Amino acid sequence: MTDAQAAVAEAFQQEWGKVVATLIRMTGDWDLAEECAQDAFTTALTRWASDGVPDRPGAWLTTTARNRALDRLRRSKTEAAKLQEVAVLSGPEEPAPWGDSGVIDDRLRLMFTCCHPALTLEARVALTLRTLAGLTTAEIARAFLVPEATMAKRLTRAKHKIRDAGIPYRVPPAHLLPERTTGVLGVLYLLFNEGYSASAGDDLLRPDLSAEAIRLGRLLAQLMPDEPEVAGLLALMLLQDARSGARLDDAGELVSLEDQERSEWDAARIAEGIRLLEAALRRQRAGPYQLQAAIAACHAEAATAADTDWTQIALLYGELRRIVPSAVIELNRAVAVAMADGPEAGLALVDELAASSQLTGYYLLPATRADLLRRMDRKPEAAASYREALELAPTEPERRYLARRLAEVSS
Amino acid sequence: MRYMLLMCGNEEADGPADHAEDEEPCWMPWAREMQARGVLLVEGSQLQPTSTATTVRNSGSEILVADGPFAETKEQILGYDVIECADLDEAIYAASRHPVALNGGVVEVRPVLASV
Repeated sequence: MTDAQAAVAEAFQQEWGKVVATLIRMTGDWDLAEECAQDAFTTALTRWASDGVPDRPGAWLTTTARNRALDRLRRSKTEAAKLQEVAVLSGPEEPAPWGDSGVIDDRLRLMFTCCHPALTLEARVALTLRTLAGLTTAEIARAFLVPEATMAKRLTRAKHKIRDAGIPYRVPPAHLLPERTTGVLGVLYLLFNEGYSASAGDDLLRPDLSAEAIRLGRLLAQLMPDEPEVAGLLALMLLQDARSGARLDDAGELVSLEDQERSEWDAARIAEGIRLLEAALRRQRAGPYQLQAAIAACHAEAATAADTDWTQIALLYGELRRIVPSAVIELNRAVAVAMADGPEAGLALVDELAASSQLTGYYLLPATRADLLRRMDRKPEAAASYREALELAPTEPERRYLARRLAEVSS
Repeated sequence: MRYMLLMCGNEEADGPADHAEDEEPCWMPWAREMQARGVLLVEGSQLQPTSTATTVRNSGSEILVADGPFAETKEQILGYDVIECADLDEAIYAASRHPVALNGGVVEVRPVLASV
């Protein structure tokens, strides 16, 4: 790769979202913004090779994309294009005020618009990846295992809805902000999880999506420094991602948390996650992401599996369940209670959950039950639960893990 | 932007509540709140029940008239409002404050094509 190519690749990572977001504000036209941003990066490949890399690549790219948009609007003779042209010329570097000082970053507007609740969740995720992260339609289609044409249609439909239904391009006003911020965090965490534990298919990990989610999480944390839940989510993603290298063994098999080689955890990520979490918790507005990050931190800080503070984890799950009532959280609490107070105590909670039938069809319910029974040496019952879990497990590595455990208790 | 709000619900359960002549109708506080926010109420009304509806088709050679609504569903269109407001967020707010939404019904928000 030449220096110019490397500089363009680097600028793409850093600046794509910003160029698109600024162009959308200027033109109000999502397709035009994307096409002109694409043109600007293509032009940069030749121009930077001949003239050298500019001092401020981002400004160069935005100006080039803006000029391209102006050209296109001038050539098109429609009334609407003339109006757009006036808008582009009159308000290029004029960002609106943000609170008492500073400016709203266009990427924040873009993030809130992409994650608007009037769009389907799939559309929110796809639009965020396309416009903010700069993934191609083909890449997004591959990541979500749908045909490229389907993904292209989904993106077009979403952009048309934004335009035709009048979804505003802005950071929501204060009375909508908490709810909408939760929506944005939900999209980022879904993206992270989609990469961290693929919901279908043979590969357990799709690391590209996790990396994008962390990158967008960093951006959001930088743009919304006063929101502890934003930092909480970033901390949570970093702490979980720190373990990703140890989650699969050399043969591609799933390794449970307690058996993971802790020296393979990414110490720098853990340190960063814990630093972010501690700063967030000092604001005294704990929310679901901070609590989940705190749980991840308990695991990350334990030198060995035996050193894990399960009593603290069980308390954190209890607090989490109080804020977000959920059977999955209760199942996790049951695991923590089993570790802190013995498998009998955990099994009682798991059986209560099973009786409530809230988790019917969820493979981790029988899998958890099986693990507890195995620890209590009730092998035939454990085997029956492992078999039940095997029927329900969604990915190959998870099925292989359960099959190995089943073989252990059957011998 | 101009939006049509279609108020949907079960007409037997959620139909218009009778009010005495000297009492104000249930949507009046909503209309006042919207006006105070700068949402323009272009027009709107409750509708007579679907038992009064007539469906008309034109096959080209004849006009087909039938008794009843366009689709037999559990929920019916109870009324409509056409509003003019800044964007979808304002329209969503207007819909969320309407008595039909507050009483268990659903409000469909549709941008009016001519206003785009």
